[in-house]
Amino acid sequence: MIDDTQGPEEETESLWWLTVAPAAWVAHLLASYATVAVWCAKVTDRDGALGDARWMVAAYTAVALALIGWVAVHGFRRHRFGEGVRPHELDTPGDRHRFLGFATFLLAGVSAVATVYVSLVVVFIGSCQ
Amino acid sequence: MKTAKGDVEPLEEPFSEALQEAQKQRLRAAWKTPTGWRYWSAVNNTEVGVWYTATAFGFFLFGGLLALVMRVQLAVPDNTLLDANTYDQFFTLHGSVMMFLFAVPVFEAFSIMVLPEMLGARDLPFPRLSSYGFWCYLIGGVFVCGSLFFGQAPMGGWFMYPPLTTQYTEGYGVDIWLLGLSFIEVASIAAAVELIVGVLKCRPPGMRINLIPLYSWYILVVAAMILFAFPPLIAGDILLEVERAFDWPFFDPERGGDPLLWQHLFWIFGHPEVYIVFLPSIALVAMIVPTFAKTPMVGYGWVVLAAVGTGFLSFGLWIHHMFTTGLPGVSLALFSAASEAIAIPTGVQLFCFIATLLVGRVKMKVPMLFVLGGFSTFIIGGLTGVMVALVPFDLQAHDSYFVVGHLHSVLIGGTIFPIIGAAYYFFPLIGGKHLSEKLGRLSFWLMFVGFNVTFVPMHLTGLLGMPRRVFTYLEELGLGALNMASTVGAFILGLGVLVFVIDVFRPKKNQPYAKRNPWGAGTLEWLAPMPDEAWGVRSIPEIDSRYPLWDQPNFVRDVDEGRFYLPDAEEGLRETLVTSPVDAQPIQCLRVAGPTWLAMIAAIFTGGLFIFSTFHMYTPALISGALAFVTVVRWLWTGTAVIPEKKEKHVGLGLTLPLYRSGPKSVGWWGMLIMMLGDMTAFLALIFGYFFYWTADTDFVTADTPALDTLWPAVGAAAIVGSWLATYAAKRLNRRTAAGFYGAIAVALGLGALGSWALLRAPGALDPTAHVYPAMVWLLFGWSALHAIVGVIMQLYCLARRIARRMDGEHDIDIVNVTLYWHFVLVTVVITTAVLLGFPRLL
Repeated sequence: MIDDTQGPEEETESLWWLTVAPAAWVAHLLASYATVAVWCAKVTDRDGALGDARWMVAAYTAVALALIGWVAVHGFRRHRFGEGVRPHELDTPGDRHRFLGFATFLLAGVSAVATVYVSLVVVFIGSCQ
Repeated sequence: MKTAKGDVEPLEEPFSEALQEAQKQRLRAAWKTPTGWRYWSAVNNTEVGVWYTATAFGFFLFGGLLALVMRVQLAVPDNTLLDANTYDQFFTLHGSVMMFLFAVPVFEAFSIMVLPEMLGARDLPFPRLSSYGFWCYLIGGVFVCGSLFFGQAPMGGWFMYPPLTTQYTEGYGVDIWLLGLSFIEVASIAAAVELIVGVLKCRPPGMRINLIPLYSWYILVVAAMILFAFPPLIAGDILLEVERAFDWPFFDPERGGDPLLWQHLFWIFGHPEVYIVFLPSIALVAMIVPTFAKTPMVGYGWVVLAAVGTGFLSFGLWIHHMFTTGLPGVSLALFSAASEAIAIPTGVQLFCFIATLLVGRVKMKVPMLFVLGGFSTFIIGGLTGVMVALVPFDLQAHDSYFVVGHLHSVLIGGTIFPIIGAAYYFFPLIGGKHLSEKLGRLSFWLMFVGFNVTFVPMHLTGLLGMPRRVFTYLEELGLGALNMASTVGAFILGLGVLVFVIDVFRPKKNQPYAKRNPWGAGTLEWLAPMPDEAWGVRSIPEIDSRYPLWDQPNFVRDVDEGRFYLPDAEEGLRETLVTSPVDAQPIQCLRVAGPTWLAMIAAIFTGGLFIFSTFHMYTPALISGALAFVTVVRWLWTGTAVIPEKKEKHVGLGLTLPLYRSGPKSVGWWGMLIMMLGDMTAFLALIFGYFFYWTADTDFVTADTPALDTLWPAVGAAAIVGSWLATYAAKRLNRRTAAGFYGAIAVALGLGALGSWALLRAPGALDPTAHVYPAMVWLLFGWSALHAIVGVIMQLYCLARRIARRMDGEHDIDIVNVTLYWHFVLVTVVITTAVLLGFPRLL
């Protein structure tokens, strides 16, 4: 059996990875909200069409999903590091590395779903009403 | 069980019995709880945590009694027990007490008590901060609740919407709410700092991030949520109180203000708040379930996903409380979608718990009854939550008893039941004795039946059209029977709580102590002997597993015989280990504070500042504030960044650790960072307000708004940038020469003072009461100036520390942390100046 008690040093590991995908979701929601709010208040009025604001939200969605996807791949690779299998509960640097990768991957998943949920709004709604 | 290469093992041979006894004597002496009236000067988690938890339960009972009186009033139509004004005070206090004085503090209280035990730490890193938080909470809570007995309680609902609370409410009630609860929010943020640093830096060696108890994952998430959720409310409180006290028109539409801003700020706090009170209870469940299932939690990684995911998503839901305010439909839909998404992580953790129960062989003890009762109730509340998250449904149900039924299902099922269950579970840790299994079962069934009889009918009364927050209703509406049912149910629920209270207070003198680890749990808090010792843990263990009591051979013996770290207190000081955030490698032996009155005195004076301000007695308020300041400086001067008598200390198992660390390796640096993240959030909430006014109001700031005079803002910003640079230079130079430090800090002080003065002059002749735009300009410059002034005081403090030789080239915690503070001042001032000077010019 390969010795998996070795793993990346603590210094190379960061808890912030966990937060990147959900933060991308937050940024996507806030950007979408700010865009439609400013659009409906300043560009058109309460009866106006969303017009290009929909494409802007679509663009944010593409950026957010790309970022979340990248984080997911990064997390999944760490999850598959070395030989270990779940539940990543050993007192080894390898399992700590895999665990953080797995959690990052799962958070990317829920962030992606939530981002799609939010973006669907501009698919179905075309006006400020 | 596999561990990393070179993993530390406990001592093979025990110390001699005589040495063990001597070690215990020294530990006992160091951690001795003060006796007599000095007992109240204790700061250790074992005392403060118990007082804190007991106080929170006291407020819970008070809030519950208010609810019972309200239910009597509503039992029959056209009742006259309470008049409208009194009823309004009752429901406002009921909501405010339950949310601010019970649900949030009880988790902080309980965590302060149990988290160190769970992490095998002797105490959390800032015991005096916890103690200060507790006394603030007690004083503020008694002040807010006491107002009811003078007929002065707030009556604007727990969310205090203006203009009801600005133009249509007489008396001091709103001010009591705003200042009294702001004061308590300070305590909440203090606890959040303590808990985050505790989880990240005070774990036992070897407890890597993939091994920490699930409870601490949740606490980490919730404390971080507090840090980002409470500051927007504090920002809102400042706006509302300044409007009430000085007539700056933030929420007055006549002068460009907008009441909706309050709703935004309140709910940016208020929705995460719901999860801030829910997640810690789920954290309790995550500790109880594996114990009774006798198996590790299924899907640890998934539960972490749920905790972190819920934490983030909960910040994107706030507008679902504002569906009926007339925002554009597309904005509502965005938040409706987000509200549906949060059901995913919430559901994931419940499935993990259910899976764990299915895998294991469950013992149906009282804590499990409450857990399962809580699940079923919470799931009903969760499903009605999915319903009200849909805009069309909410338009019908909003402000009706349907919502009352929904939110109580969530809060009682998701929060109260697990807390009572946890009280039965953890009670032996406090006094070493069990609560009664019989009374527990009785209490559970009364509460469970009472809950359902109370709140299930409320969904119907709501759908039949009964609005919330009315003190009575007409007989013709036909709501009498349902309301009577709710009232009867409320008393059954209350009876259940009473049985629990009796169980807690009944004399237990003749009852034998519980056996050690009575439930057969696997986590460290159950190392405690019955009754427990004040030192927390006999020796700080090396951890190899998520459930060390189950998995690590001879674990309890090794801890008890002092075969792990810090088995002694040679210098008679209180010590614990500081470890690294990811792998929990030991990096410092931290000395923590012992008993002191300073925290309590500081809290009393801080309370004076807030309470006198409530009644517009500004001179005593300022004197009280100044005394609080002096007390805090004394506390810092005598008790923080103390230069140890030696550089390093042998902590056992061949490990020698430094006694002093500065920068990111120290706990104080993290405390400052976390506190300032909260501060920055409050600032960004104010900046949000500025742009909110711009989108919501056509004449807030336009191309015609007269430009601000550039001179003073520019001087202020330039001086602050200079002062920041000089502070940074002082930090660097301090490590080389004292002269370099003195030179740089003198420049920093001069520029800082100039900058503060210039920022105060920056608004010029604008009249803040004339319109919301000048009011925002004053507020933002004032905020920046205040931060700069505090920064100057900190620079002065460093100067004094260096002169007094309490800081030197090697021991530089003070200047390093002050530099960190100044990074935030820099960002605050630069953003303020850029927005106030730059944005109107862009239009």
